Amino acid sequence: MTTADIHRTIETVWKIEAPRLIAGLARMLRDVGQAEDLAQEALVVALERWPTDGVPDNPGAWLMTTAKRRAIDLIRHHRMRDDKQAALEYELESDAMTHAPDHADALDDDIGDDLLRLIFTACHPVLTRDMQVALTLRMLGGLTTPEIARAFLVPEPTVAQRIVRAKRTLAEKQVPFEVPRGEELAPRLAAVLEVVYLIFNEGYTATAGNDWARPALCEEAMRLGRVLAGLAPREPEVHGLIALMEIQASRLRARTAADGTPILLLDQDRARWDRLLIRRGLASLERAEQLGGANGNYALQAAIAACHVRALHAKDTDWSRIASLYVRLAGVAPSPVVELNRAVAVSMAEGPEAGLQLVDALQKERALAGYHLLPSVRGDLLFKLGRRDEARAEFERAASLTGNTRESELLHQRADACARVEK
Amino acid sequence: MRVLVIVKASEESEAGGIPDAKELAEMGKFNEKLVEAGVMLMGEGLHPSSKGARVRFDGKQRTVIDGPFAETKELVAGFWLWQVRSMEEAIEWIKRAPLFDGGAEIELRPVFEMDDFGDAATPEIRVHEASLREKIAGA
Repeated sequence: MTTADIHRTIETVWKIEAPRLIAGLARMLRDVGQAEDLAQEALVVALERWPTDGVPDNPGAWLMTTAKRRAIDLIRHHRMRDDKQAALEYELESDAMTHAPDHADALDDDIGDDLLRLIFTACHPVLTRDMQVALTLRMLGGLTTPEIARAFLVPEPTVAQRIVRAKRTLAEKQVPFEVPRGEELAPRLAAVLEVVYLIFNEGYTATAGNDWARPALCEEAMRLGRVLAGLAPREPEVHGLIALMEIQASRLRARTAADGTPILLLDQDRARWDRLLIRRGLASLERAEQLGGANGNYALQAAIAACHVRALHAKDTDWSRIASLYVRLAGVAPSPVVELNRAVAVSMAEGPEAGLQLVDALQKERALAGYHLLPSVRGDLLFKLGRRDEARAEFERAASLTGNTRESELLHQRADACARVEK
Repeated sequence: MRVLVIVKASEESEAGGIPDAKELAEMGKFNEKLVEAGVMLMGEGLHPSSKGARVRFDGKQRTVIDGPFAETKELVAGFWLWQVRSMEEAIEWIKRAPLFDGGAEIELRPVFEMDDFGDAATPEIRVHEASLREKIAGA
């Protein structure tokens, strides 16, 4: 292997091992920030040594042992609390067994709990959403700061600063390294799921710039979702979120023409939808429903997405069911945006006039002011009703409101189409 | 990216040998790790080629050939479909697989995927994604 090969191997091993490494260290140190620092230091040692010594047989255990040694040094240096040191020394003694085959398995038994604690800590409410996302990708995804910066189109120093601040905040607020219990669990789990879904959506529909989707982020979010489902298999909303992400992602391939032009859902070639993801998504939805989560926020959204993938042809879509699912969704998560969705579903089930009435009722919603999809939907309904002048104005308005280049182009095209028909 | 991990047949697999309880447990543990890491999309073992068939195409003619097939090392005994971040990651994972110490060759092949998609979902779909964003922003 060349040095470059070895570096790639180390990076790969790091991505696989980082979450377990940080989680294990965090349990010992009760400090996630310090754990992350030590894990990074172990990575640096690996980058120094493996090119000459070769990649160890059990790279994960090697990194853990190295990080723990650093931890001991650090603790001695700072004369930290005695109990922490005793615990560490005990763990280090157990490490004499590192090469015994059962050791890694024994370590695995409680690593799951540690990973779960790590996820909850990374998404702790004392952190801002940006910090939660950065910390989750960094610690649970093993992504580097430049990788996170590229994915979110923000400068590297911004991401670096978010991570530093996040770690500092966790330490300052003395956030315990634990899985929340009782009444605390539901809102905390919701926060974790929001972070995962935010990562997915950032990949699925980029908010700005020329790329509509960054599939690697979608994949990372789905991976995190699956990890979460493995760790908390009894939580229906975890399965609901996975179902939603997998069903949405099943359409990724069909979303663009060869020249990069976006293709609307109803015009997509459904044969190109990913059957494996659909099957997995529907199974996850069923799981969520079996666990009593049919009315969960994500499960309902997944159920709506499922209506689309269940229809072999766009014309077979069960729009009445979609409209009724939106009513239920509005009951769980009331929002003018959900109402706007319902309006579209109603227009498909009962005709554009019925939809337009609902949309017009939303015109004064302050929450929707400046929201490009309101004029976009309204334009579409007016177009269908033959009110082309009004439709054109709405499409133009929508185009001026979106920050996405491709979407703006599409809306201008629709506006132009209104003009052409009139001639 | 997705990688198809192809486990080639061996004399044992072609003889219809099934792993014993200990081996199954070891493989189960490995699969569990793959699931926990969010890597595993699917994985299946195949019956020996004696239970399989081939259909040969020649012009309009279709000839069915029943197994077993001779070229053992070219046959497939099982497969996984993994979601990983790179080929290197798939390689790192397969190196950790149990049961193959006796000698085996496993082939890893990336599945075709589009690198950059662009799209507009219907307003209806995009709107409900946006609703989540809105809630997140408002939280």
